[in-house]
Formats: sequence, structure tokens, C-alpha cells
Amino acid sequence: MMELVFERTNGLTEKPTHYCPGCTHGIIHRLVGEVLEEMDIIEDTVGVASVGCSVLAYDYFNCDMTQAAHGRAPAVATGIKRVLPKDRIVFTYQGDGDLASIGMAEIVHAAARGENITVIFVNNAIYGMTGGQMAPTSLVGQKTATSPFGRDIALQGSPIRVSELLATLDGASYIERVSTHDVASIIKAKKAIRKAFETQKNGLGFSMVEVLSTCPTNWGIDPKESLDWVKEKMIPEYPLGVYKDVKGGK
Amino acid sequence: MGKVLMKGNEVIAEAAVHAGCKYYFGYPITPQSELVAYMAKRLPEVGGLFLQAESEVAAINMVYGAASAGVRVMTSSSSPGVSLKQEGISYLVGAELPAVIINVMRGGPGLGSIQPSQSDYFQATKGGGHGDYQIPVFAPATLQEIVDLMQDAFDIADRYRTPVYILGDGMLGQMMEPVEFTERKAAELPPKDWATTGTRGDGGPKITNSLRLDPDDLEKHNNHLQEKYSKIKENEVRFENYLTEDADYIVVAYGTVSRIAKNAIKKAREKGIKVGMIRPISLWPFPEKPFYETRENVKAYLTVEMSAGQMVEDVRLAVNGYKPVHFYGRTGGMVPSQEDILAEIIKMAGGDQ
Ligand SMILES: Cc1ncc(C[n+]2csc(CCOP(=O)(O)OP(=O)(O)O)c2C)c(N)n1
Ligand code: SF4
Ligand SMILES: [Mg+2]
Repeated sequence: MMELVFERTNGLTEKPTHYCPGCTHGIIHRLVGEVLEEMDIIEDTVGVASVGCSVLAYDYFNCDMTQAAHGRAPAVATGIKRVLPKDRIVFTYQGDGDLASIGMAEIVHAAARGENITVIFVNNAIYGMTGGQMAPTSLVGQKTATSPFGRDIALQGSPIRVSELLATLDGASYIERVSTHDVASIIKAKKAIRKAFETQKNGLGFSMVEVLSTCPTNWGIDPKESLDWVKEKMIPEYPLGVYKDVKGGK
Repeated sequence: MGKVLMKGNEVIAEAAVHAGCKYYFGYPITPQSELVAYMAKRLPEVGGLFLQAESEVAAINMVYGAASAGVRVMTSSSSPGVSLKQEGISYLVGAELPAVIINVMRGGPGLGSIQPSQSDYFQATKGGGHGDYQIPVFAPATLQEIVDLMQDAFDIADRYRTPVYILGDGMLGQMMEPVEFTERKAAELPPKDWATTGTRGDGGPKITNSLRLDPDDLEKHNNHLQEKYSKIKENEVRFENYLTEDADYIVVAYGTVSRIAKNAIKKAREKGIKVGMIRPISLWPFPEKPFYETRENVKAYLTVEMSAGQMVEDVRLAVNGYKPVHFYGRTGGMVPSQEDILAEIIKMAGGDQ
């Protein structure tokens, strides 16, 4: 008899994802799905998909899903969370263009209000879906379709560190930045995601996990190099760690 | 419950509560701020929720979230704020989510003025946001009519799964009149079995969504919306005919302007001009029938609006060249006076009365 060593989590549907080879969106989906399953909250959860490569997330998560306009997921999540019974769990899944550019007002105010929602923030330093344009999180010097000579501070300003920024707000209860570039960091990422959902379950207010993620397609490098790029280029700019943990005294 | 004296904006709010709306998301703007303040006090009393959003963009998206979770929800604003809501309204339409949106119109364009206006007729009745869509639009003329139309608005929103507009103007919002909140029997409505509330106890995952990447799929969806609009056109047209039976001339006006027009019509009748009025109550679907019924017999129509001429286009479509359609409008927060309208009626009637 064969031993079962790996299984689809019930937190995800059976639909194959459309993500490019080497894209870590899929890994992050899996981590969220596993956490929903392990906490036994799949049936209590409503997810909000945003606009970006993860727009079809509504087909992949095995819970009720709503699709929000570009950047507006935290406002949509607010509407859902505020009218449903208290035991319901609401999360958003947003890219960095979605959350840190067009949706900056919505995320800041959701955090400031202490909305009891969980935000999965996928930072890949680029607009993946529209073909690799500069994001507010693109690194200084990073070449993209709309910063062909490299991001220039004088012209395009500096990257926004969202976790640090939101951690200054009293309404934010749990904020951690994690990565997906190797196994150890993926295990840490899952722990952070679990902690964020537990924060919500315990009614403690706004939680967000910023996950550094790859976009080999638009970075123009292969999947292995992409993982190295996260480690060597992104992490120094976006240090990993817990930025806010009200319960843990931080 | 007897009659109570209230301000228009407060009547809008209380009428929504009476219609079973417990959730409100909005952002302050003149001339509808009393509505927001009323909701902030009132909704906690009925176990509901008032939340001041960071912008109209956020407010309409909170409405989208609440509507997707299956509750009766509304937002309100005035012209500049309603412009900001257009993105969210288009998404509500695409995802077929019910909600009621109030626009207490003020003068535009841009920041415009805070005085009454009807210059958002095009925005409300011709789409407003992106995509091929219509929204039912109702324009009450009195505070009592607000009470009656509000219940209809929420019922229509739920029945057809669509956002619904109530269009007022600054005058309606600010005026005081006695109103009676009559209790109506709840309408029979389809269950909201599409709502995304978590799957516990109700089967597999559901999705509320306006994205349809496959063109065939999106066209089918758009056809479905068009079928829905046909049904709304069949069932939800509302208008008032005033002294049209023997009329040689007909004034067309909606909302508060129709009240001024009514007085002008009385004066014109005293002068022997047989004039009546068609008052559209549903601006979309536009009431075409009263025009079909009168265009053979009347001599001309006069549309009066607080705009540079918007509804007049729908009047011309309905009259379809049978008779001349004149227009008189004031803009920028200027209100047409009874004397102005009377002068226009006299001009239309040949000027010799
Ligand atoms: C209002 C609006 N503006 C622009 C777009 C086009 N658009 C789609 S996705 C996207 C960027 C998404 O980037 P990000 O959030 O970083 O997600 P990623 O694809 O990188 O995961 C843009 C600009 C849109 N859909 N809506
Ligand atoms: S374009 Fe980038 S972010 Fe989008 S799926 Fe491909 S690799 Fe992932
Ligand atoms: Mg991105």
C-alpha cells in the first residue's frame, strides 16, 4: 500500500491555478488554505479577491468569495464583516499595486478603524497582471515597463514599506512581514498567517501579513533566480519580522 | 402613527429605516448632511450600523460588501460624491447586488455650488459608470412621496438584484413638511440564496463577482441584464398626470420643479390656457406611455428642469417628432420661478393670452 505524503488542502478548490511557473502566489494560496482548514474555519470564512494576478482567487479558495474593485478590498471586507454575525471570518488577498497604490486610503483606514479582518498582502515589487509596470514597492533602480531606466527617486519617489507604516496605527493588532524564498521562510509565513487569523478569531482587530513574493515573468529572470532576488534584493529593503503584536506586547 | 413634521433629508433616512434598511455607509457632503447625522443616531436604535467611510469610494464599496452579505443597505451623497461612487455602482450592477443610493443633487460641474439642481439626470439615467447598464431611478416631489418610494426602492433592488437611485435635490432635502410613516405589508421577494455569508449550513462556496473574462460568458451576462431591464420597464414605470385630459399644452417636470410648475399651470388655467403636466416619477424607466397618449392631441410640450436640458432628450424621444418640445431650464443652483414658468407657458401658447 502506498503512503499518502501530500494532499490538496480542503481550504482550496480542485481548480488548477493559472499562475506562472515559479510564481509564489500559489504557495501563499496554499498556506492560507491550510490555515483555514487547520483552524476549521473554512465554512465561517468569506474571502475578498482583489484586482491583480490573484483576481481569480475566488475560484481557488474553498470558501464563500467576493471580488472587489481595484484597491477596494478592505472597504468591501469592512462591509461584509460589519453586517455578518461575529463568528464569521473575513480576509482580503491583495497585491502591492492593489493595496499600496490605488487602495492606500482603504487599507490605511481599515487598519485605523481596527477592522477585525485579516489582510494577506502579496508584495512582489511589481504590477504582475498588467505586464510588469512599476509598483509603489518597486526597488530603487528596478527596471520595469514604466521605469525602463530603473526606478529613480527623483522621478518616482521611494518604495513604500507598508508593514512599518500600518504598524504606527493604534487600530492595527498584528502585522508581520514574511517571505516565501525558501522552506524555512515558508514555514514561518504559515505561522504568521495562522497568527493573523487567530487575531481576528479572538476579536483583537486588524491583522495583516505582508508576504514577499516572486514574479519571474515580469522580473525577467528564472524561478530560481527570482527566489535569490527576494532574498538578496527585497529582504534588505523589506526586513522580515513582526511589526505589531498587541497581544504579544509589541 | 400620525403625521410628523420633518426635514426632507431626515425623512429619507427614516423612510429607509421603515423600509428595513439597517446598514448605512457614507461620507458627509452638503446638502444632505442631516441624512448622515440622522442615520448615525437612528441605526443603533434598530440594532443596525452606521459607519462613516473615509471617502465615497470606500462607502460604496462597503455597501458592495454589505450587499454581498445579503442585508438591506444604503448610501447617500450629493453630486460630487456620487461621481466618486460611480466605479462601485458599476460593480454593484455587474455583480447584481441590491442597494439604494440617494443623490441629493447640487449645482455642478466640479465643486459647483451647494444649491439645488437636477444636473445629474444624465449620470443617473444613462449609465454613469462604465459598462452597458441601467439603474432604476425614482424622483419624489414631496416628502410623503419619499416615504412611499423608499419602500419600493428597496423592494425593487431586492427583486431585480440591482442598485436603485433616489434622486432628490437640495430643496427637497432642506424643506419641512408633515409626513406619515404608514406601515406596509412586506413584499414577497425571492430569498437571497446567492449571498456570500460563509458556507456553514448552506452548502458549497458561492461567489459574488463582476469579472467574466470569457466574452461569450460576459455577453450572456449582459443579455441577462438586458432581460432584467425589460422586466423593470414593464413593471416599474411610475408617473403622475395632472390636468392632461383636456390639455392643449403639457409641461413636463420632475421632483421639486414639478411643484412650482403645478402652481404656474394653475395660473395659466386662470388665464384660459388649457395646460397640464406629466410628472415622471421613475426617470428610468422613463414613462413613455403618457406621451404616446397625448402627442396626437396636444399642441406642444414644455420641459422645465434645473439643468441645461437633460430630461428633455427623453421627452423628445417619447414625443418622437409629433409635436414641438420646448425647454426652459435654470442651472447652477438657480430655481425656476412660478412667473418664469408661466411666461414660458404663455410663450408656448402663442403669447397672446
Ligand atoms: C481602476 C483600475 N485601474 C487599473 C486596473 C488595471 N490593473 C489590473 S491589475 C493591476 C495591478 C495589479 O498589481 P498588483 O496589485 O501588484 O498585483 P500582482 O498582479 O502583482 O499580483 C492594474 C493596474 C484595473 N483593473 N482597475
Ligand atoms: S505575472 Fe508574475 S505575479 Fe502574475 S502569475 Fe505570473 S509570475 Fe505570478
Ligand atoms: Mg504586485
